[in-house]
Amino acid sequence: MTAVATARPALRHRLAERGIDRTLLLLVPGLLVVACLFLYPFLYGLQLSFAPRKGGVFANYARFFGDPYLRNTIWTTLGIALPATFVNVLASIPIAYVMRGRVRGKRLLTTILVVPITLGTVLTAQGLIMYGGPAGWLNKVLTVLGVTDQPLPLIHNYTGVLLSLVITGFPFSFLLTLSYLSGIDPSLEKAAATLGANGVQRFRRITLPLLAPGLAITFCLSFVMAFSVFPSAQLVGDPANETRVISIAAYHAAFEEYDYSMGSAVAMLMAVVMLIVIGLVMAWRGTLYRGATGGKG
Amino acid sequence: MTGWVARPGRWVVWAVVVFFFVNLAGVVLSVVVDSFGTQWFGTWLPDGFTTHWYADAWREFGLSDVLLTTAIVALVVIAVSVAVGVPAAYALARRSFPGKRLVMLLFVLPILIPPITYGIPLATVLYKFHLAGTITGVILANLVPSVPFVVLTMTPFIEQIDPKIEAAARMSGARTVSVFTRILGPLLLPGILAASILVLVRTVGMFELTFLTAGPDSTTLVVALYNSVFAAGIRANQSVDAMATIYTASMLVLLLVALRFVNPTQLVTRIREET
Repeated sequence: MTAVATARPALRHRLAERGIDRTLLLLVPGLLVVACLFLYPFLYGLQLSFAPRKGGVFANYARFFGDPYLRNTIWTTLGIALPATFVNVLASIPIAYVMRGRVRGKRLLTTILVVPITLGTVLTAQGLIMYGGPAGWLNKVLTVLGVTDQPLPLIHNYTGVLLSLVITGFPFSFLLTLSYLSGIDPSLEKAAATLGANGVQRFRRITLPLLAPGLAITFCLSFVMAFSVFPSAQLVGDPANETRVISIAAYHAAFEEYDYSMGSAVAMLMAVVMLIVIGLVMAWRGTLYRGATGGKG
Repeated sequence: MTGWVARPGRWVVWAVVVFFFVNLAGVVLSVVVDSFGTQWFGTWLPDGFTTHWYADAWREFGLSDVLLTTAIVALVVIAVSVAVGVPAAYALARRSFPGKRLVMLLFVLPILIPPITYGIPLATVLYKFHLAGTITGVILANLVPSVPFVVLTMTPFIEQIDPKIEAAARMSGARTVSVFTRILGPLLLPGILAASILVLVRTVGMFELTFLTAGPDSTTLVVALYNSVFAAGIRANQSVDAMATIYTASMLVLLLVALRFVNPTQLVTRIREET
């Protein structure tokens, strides 16, 4: 920026032609906030993860992968996050498909769906402990209906976390899917109907291929939310064994053992696993999109 | 709307939706009912009803301090992120320059990456500067997703304001300051209001970042709720539920206010403005 201020007018004009002028100074405060509070901590954490308390540069990572109690948190987390994401995204598609047009009560429905997202995972967890507990309403109804003889173990285990992820995650992926579906021109489907395609064909050959890139994004965002599950895994899960997710391991290392270096290392690994999954989904999205536009025209 | 009977698929879809809502209502109502109950063990409803758990919760959890902290954090975060985010959004909306994609990426990342991932290194840095555990630390941490959020909601909003209006003002001799205060300010106000409300809802509901950076004197309502649930058993479950009900009620009020100004989908993600 100083270069712009002190340079000869000619340079200033040349820069202005490329869109660089004093207006860009308005970006500086925003960029500073992101740089100081996001980028710097991230890089600091990365560097800290390679400076363990004892041992060589990679000692933290070696410890993580050497200790099954730590290593397995990756699989535990994937084992919770992937099913939850699949349930949320797959359930969103038919529901959003039915709601995509003008449906009575759509506004009310979307409003109610925002509620669990705003309430957040902590309240959902506390609610689930009450509602899904051995003496909760859900188990009472199931017993009265004769579905089960004794209360189902729904909380303080894997099921509890999965349920809480569906309650907060489903509305999120539904609203995203709905917005992507609403963006598809309805006349395309009408054209297909005119040409004699039935409902199933219209969905499979017209809507789904157009929706798929959006679904990939929805999947990624829902997955990221589910993968970083922390409060519900602690509260409504079994944080010592069955639902010891990677975020708990990171928190434990950093703020209970006060080993910030190890905590940062686990946080970095969390980011890496997340990026791998997102990368795979986005790679799939790339192939899919090309096929859909190039293939049939 | 035609052929409801001929489409069993619709019925299944509506059944799933209703099932979801019934369970959602169960989850929320269990907490509310328990918070008003005297004793509730194994029956459909509590033995009797009382409100004394609210007084207990208010005293035990120091809720007046907690609510004050929550309000201060939320207001400061809104003020700073609007003050910092709106100018940045203006620059992004009006100029195209080399490296713009990089700048956009930088603003998108803090929203895409889940808070717990960058929260741990951030908290470490804040501890290093002795800011963690203070209200300043909590505010700084909450700025990380809020500033980019304001930038990303305001950029499309500013893009749809015709630049000719500004040009006309300048032609008529307005200086930069008056262009901002007299021309852009009033036009931007609805967008700023919407963005502020979204930031408010997100900050009050933000658990991870506040949890990682808050000390005993700087917990917000949602973190206080987590702590009390986590330490359940020490205190009566009903007073925990009373606090949960207070949290739910305040979130619902915020939500109702927010929905007067914004579209429900905007609360979740950044979607094209429909104004």
